[in-house]
Amino acid sequence: MRAVRSTNDTAAIRQGVSVSLAVSAYGVSFGALAVTAGLDIWQACVLSLLMFSGGSQFALIGVVASGGVAAGPAAIASAVLLGSRNSLYAMRMAPVLGGGWLRRAAASHLTIDESTAVATAQPTLRSQKVGFWVTGILIYVGWNITTLVGAIVGDALGDVSRFGLDAAAAAAFLGLLWPRLSQLQPVVVAIAAAFVAALLTPWVPAGIPVLAAAAVALLVGLTNWWGMKPEEAADVDVSAAAAGKAQS
Amino acid sequence: MNLWAIIIVASLGCLALKVSGYLVPTSFLEKPRPSRIANLLTVALLAALVATQTLAIGEAVVIDARVPALLVAAALFALRVPFVLVIVAAAATAALLRMTFG
Repeated sequence: MRAVRSTNDTAAIRQGVSVSLAVSAYGVSFGALAVTAGLDIWQACVLSLLMFSGGSQFALIGVVASGGVAAGPAAIASAVLLGSRNSLYAMRMAPVLGGGWLRRAAASHLTIDESTAVATAQPTLRSQKVGFWVTGILIYVGWNITTLVGAIVGDALGDVSRFGLDAAAAAAFLGLLWPRLSQLQPVVVAIAAAFVAALLTPWVPAGIPVLAAAAVALLVGLTNWWGMKPEEAADVDVSAAAAGKAQS
Repeated sequence: MNLWAIIIVASLGCLALKVSGYLVPTSFLEKPRPSRIANLLTVALLAALVATQTLAIGEAVVIDARVPALLVAAALFALRVPFVLVIVAAAATAALLRMTFG
């Protein structure tokens, strides 16, 4: 019994470490892009320390990069809306982690995509706990160190479009989006949201197109359109992929 | 509103969402609609950010080296190349195109 338990724990730790290394590495790109967007090194670091949610952090600096401080409310709204999935993760983790208020407060801050993913992939309650804490703590430390490194490097680079950092930002969002496109419904929502944002860009202040695209999710989420059976989904999937290609 | 205020308010908002998940009764999660909306919200916002980062400069739509760079990134993600390498490849694509075509 003891042997089985420790094997599970070891597996959870190993997974947590490898995920943490991979994720921490792209803290460098966050730090560099943050200073490119107009933040100073300290502001980039405070975001990683206090917000600690990759998608929301990239969203905030993305909107600030295009709209400046005037787009502040849109930047805040984008970051917070994108962080709403963390409250779902928290609901999923609460019964697993248990514990007192202090531990729950710490767990809250570490509740992100990766810590939840590693935890829920483990077979036992104990290894789920181990997976969550190992992943959460290692990423927190790694992400904050690499943010600082990236911010210093980005600060030193100066004119960054020469180095293609603006394209790197687009690729970063695509990378966060990619694993979520396994079914028809999210693919349709992604394409529609991209269209809405691109079409609105010339007509409304920067930051608003991203928020308007959130309405697509609300509409499809409420109606559950395209939440269809697999055999029907196969056909439409091809045309959706084609539409995606045509659009790019 | 200055940049520090934006950073602090947005961070506290994100933190509050995380905390709220530990305070809500678990039965809320069993309802499919809230979790579906939250998942699709993530997809829609990320897709919109891909579009604006690739096409927008301020409030103008500009097609430039970012578009081929994003196509390179998409191809590499499809081939399951690690995240960091894809980001570097996308940046390098845009940088090379700009260097070549000025």
